[in-house]
Amino acid sequence: MYTASDLRKGLRLKIEGDPYVITEFNFVKPGKGQALYRTKLKNMLNGNQFERTFRSVDNFEPADLREKKMQFLYKEGDKYCFMDNENYEQVYLSEDQVGEAVNFLIDNIEAEILLFEDRPIGISLPNFVELIVTEAEPWAKGDTVSGATKPVKVQTGATVLVPTFVTEGEKIRIDTRTGEYLTRVKG
Amino acid sequence: MSISHQDDHFYLARKAENLRLRAGLILALRRFFAGNDFLEIETPVRVPSPAPEEHIEALPSGNWFLQTSPELYMKRLLAAGYPRIFQICKCFRADERGKRHLPEFSMLEWYVAGFDYLQLMNQCEALLEAALGGVGQTRTLAWQDRKIRITTPWERMTVDEAFLKYAPVSLDESMRLDLFDENLTEWVEPNLGMDRPTFLYDYPAKLAALAKNKKDNPALAERFELYIGGMEIANGFSELIDVDEQRRRFEEAQTARAKKDWSRYGMPEKFLEALANMPPSAGIALGIDRLVMLLANAGCIEDVVAFGPESL
Repeated sequence: MYTASDLRKGLRLKIEGDPYVITEFNFVKPGKGQALYRTKLKNMLNGNQFERTFRSVDNFEPADLREKKMQFLYKEGDKYCFMDNENYEQVYLSEDQVGEAVNFLIDNIEAEILLFEDRPIGISLPNFVELIVTEAEPWAKGDTVSGATKPVKVQTGATVLVPTFVTEGEKIRIDTRTGEYLTRVKG
Repeated sequence: MSISHQDDHFYLARKAENLRLRAGLILALRRFFAGNDFLEIETPVRVPSPAPEEHIEALPSGNWFLQTSPELYMKRLLAAGYPRIFQICKCFRADERGKRHLPEFSMLEWYVAGFDYLQLMNQCEALLEAALGGVGQTRTLAWQDRKIRITTPWERMTVDEAFLKYAPVSLDESMRLDLFDENLTEWVEPNLGMDRPTFLYDYPAKLAALAKNKKDNPALAERFELYIGGMEIANGFSELIDVDEQRRRFEEAQTARAKKDWSRYGMPEKFLEALANMPPSAGIALGIDRLVMLLANAGCIEDVVAFGPESL
């Protein structure tokens, strides 16, 4: 069982038989009032969304989901093929099911494939991935103090905002949950 | 995961402008109080018995607690004959973390003997006009994608009027259905203070545990909140000075807290004793961090403090 203070973006709950993921989460608390947990929930099977506000006394059932480590093999049409390295079984996810993970999906990356009643329904990448910067404006030295950012392209084709001192060819670590730059990786 | 020194430097450096605004604002606030015959005071951060409130939980510190507000000690000073006092301090509240909440935040609190909540509303307006002017904000405030006109006088609206205007359900009905907080935050708050700052006033008495009820309508309390840009900035009221009534409200809150398994505080007896000598007064608490968010046009509260709890 979860309580309201466990709620956060990304948490998965079972509501009326279906698995749901929290896509937006906001803690609100009016002056002298009670804590409210405002959420947007997405049905993980059909993508339907709705908003619901919970109180701190509310309880939640976790969604009974299984994750299995699989390797990304290739994309074919709008299907993404993954292989279970234990039994070499292959499963397919649709573009919708892959979602924003596509921005960080590099060949052979190991990802968790989400199974609901043994059916693949989604993917979760490692929280942090390391990607090579393939296109970046050159760095004007001495610019580290300003806190300014610039957009760069990474090897998957995605665009990421990074500090200005990051240069082309460098490897950077990205938080796949937020899509945000974290740090440069040496070597 | 550790981040490099260069990246830490980057995250702190990008806050420089906000931290300068913050320092400038605090200076301007102090200047107003200094010019208006207020005494700046400090009260302890670690306290044995915080005010028992139904929806605010203190963090333990040894056998005592970290203050959730300096209210009780400031009122003891009021009762002892300090008529105009202010304080800027850290307050701590358990399990409060969101875009507008930090578990450790900065509060400005002030009290004026002889004032009621309407006079305090005017003073709050004058303070903020002076302080915003002191950091170069005189006509409009750019907030998200709008402009908020900050020239005075600001808007004043009762809670009842605001529910009628913005919510699909009236205030009375919201209270009856126990959905006041939900309806306020969903329908009303996002509309408040969007064109110009708004004082929302005359709260249901149930929602004002330390405030005085209105003489002509005891179902309402002489409490107000200031909203700017949909964000709650300050909460003030005419102070309840009836000792028996205050004790009864504290006991009620203690019962509600016990049901939730929240910390047991002792009854703040010294405060209750002092309350008997407190002159009619009004007091107000204002969130400094949120005021800086408005100045900096910052969407998240951690953008206006050097270190949020996740970066320690």
